Amino acid sequence: MIFFVLDKLLLVKNMRDLKYEKIANSHKAPEKKFQNALIAFFSGGFLGFLAEGIIEVLMWKFELSRMISATYMIVFFIFFASLFTALGFFDQWVAKFKCGLIIPITGFAHSMTSSSLDYRTEGPIYGIGSNMFKLAGSVILYGVLSAWFFGTIRYLIGVIG
Amino acid sequence: MTFSYKNVYLGDTVTICGPYEKKGPFRRYFDKVYDDFYFGEDSFEKGEIKLVREALSMILKKVGKKEVDLVIGGDLLNQIVASTYGSAGVGKGFIGIYGACSSSALGMLIAANFIENRQVESALCFVSSHNLTSERQFRYPIEYGAPRPNSSTFTATGAACCFLTNQKTKVRLECATLGKIIDYNQNDPNDMGRVMAPAAIDTLKTHFEETGRVPKDYDLIVTGDLGVYGKEIVKEYMSSVYHMDLNDNYNDCGVMLYDLEKQKDIHAGGSGPVCSALVLYSYLYEQLKKGKYKRVLFLATGALFSPMMLYQKENIDSICHAISLEVV
Repeated sequence: MIFFVLDKLLLVKNMRDLKYEKIANSHKAPEKKFQNALIAFFSGGFLGFLAEGIIEVLMWKFELSRMISATYMIVFFIFFASLFTALGFFDQWVAKFKCGLIIPITGFAHSMTSSSLDYRTEGPIYGIGSNMFKLAGSVILYGVLSAWFFGTIRYLIGVIG
Repeated sequence: MTFSYKNVYLGDTVTICGPYEKKGPFRRYFDKVYDDFYFGEDSFEKGEIKLVREALSMILKKVGKKEVDLVIGGDLLNQIVASTYGSAGVGKGFIGIYGACSSSALGMLIAANFIENRQVESALCFVSSHNLTSERQFRYPIEYGAPRPNSSTFTATGAACCFLTNQKTKVRLECATLGKIIDYNQNDPNDMGRVMAPAAIDTLKTHFEETGRVPKDYDLIVTGDLGVYGKEIVKEYMSSVYHMDLNDNYNDCGVMLYDLEKQKDIHAGGSGPVCSALVLYSYLYEQLKKGKYKRVLFLATGALFSPMMLYQKENIDSICHAISLEVV
């Protein structure tokens, strides 16, 4: 709490700004944060439930191992998120179901497809090629980086232990 | 920085808009409406250029002129391409301006100075914006469904153009106040009303100080695109700090342009250079001509927002210019 107050005071330079902050804060747009979180919890949960269902069906019907079925399930989700983005209604789903669709792999696929759709007018090289990973780039970079970091820790623990 | 003009008149206006503005309350005041965002072109940027081109040719036809002296225009795209490509071949001289959403008033102010000083006889001022090109420019890819907070505003689509002349007409551009860059330590790109309200407040205060007028001298005071929440901030700040009551005759173009009850995806209201211009050049111009309003103060507010500077931890600055229109 004290840090929050200090932070606010340091950010706000003078009395004029403080006064403005006070008035502006009293006219802030109301956000239904709890409701949004609840929607994301259930929509994300439902996606997980669906994914588990697909894995179970693949294991049962095609007698695949759990790992292989999980990979197929991911491919399945990426394909449909990209397809629905291209057909133009995935963004409306996200608006309805909030971050439940953005956090899983569907969000990753969605970000790549939407970027490439957006830059198709600038051609295959300067458009799609250079901008496809505009949003997903950070996820890939820091995903690989943290995988390396935690992999190293795990290896070191293995060596010591 | 308030300039008064003796012989600058508003000759005529043209407004063209997209599908969302069509669903708003001013549908019948617009000269042309479109149902899609491409406007018959193969990219959104080219669509916006086409809108500008069309608006300019429509206004030339409307005022019955083949050529004007000066053309002033602005939009939101990088290197203001909609204005430069769209206005090619029109006018003897061109000035491209960037004042973000304040471009409409800024363009009129510059043109009025040229006309008042008898350097030119007539001028065309236009602005354009396109919801999807500015989405690409300032936010995320179009199809990317980032959840938007309720304070966010919606960039209006369209092109609006007005013809200023030294020949007497019914509506006179009587004075204008040039604003300055305002920094109130605001840095939320999803709450532009809050960013721009200080600029509107500053220009309002300057205007009233320099002209010696009070809010009651105007039948209507409209700000550009502050939205539902920014509008309330201006009202409360003006009354609590400067003791000026804006309750009776103040509104915001961003709130007026859409039917916010029905059009939920607009969130806090409209924005973009064309948002304020669409309201002024269509509905308000009609009301002035009819004599319903005698004198209107129009404040176009602009957030000088650059995503690059925001990521470099800089604040979002804002600016606001005021134009006073009067029935002769």
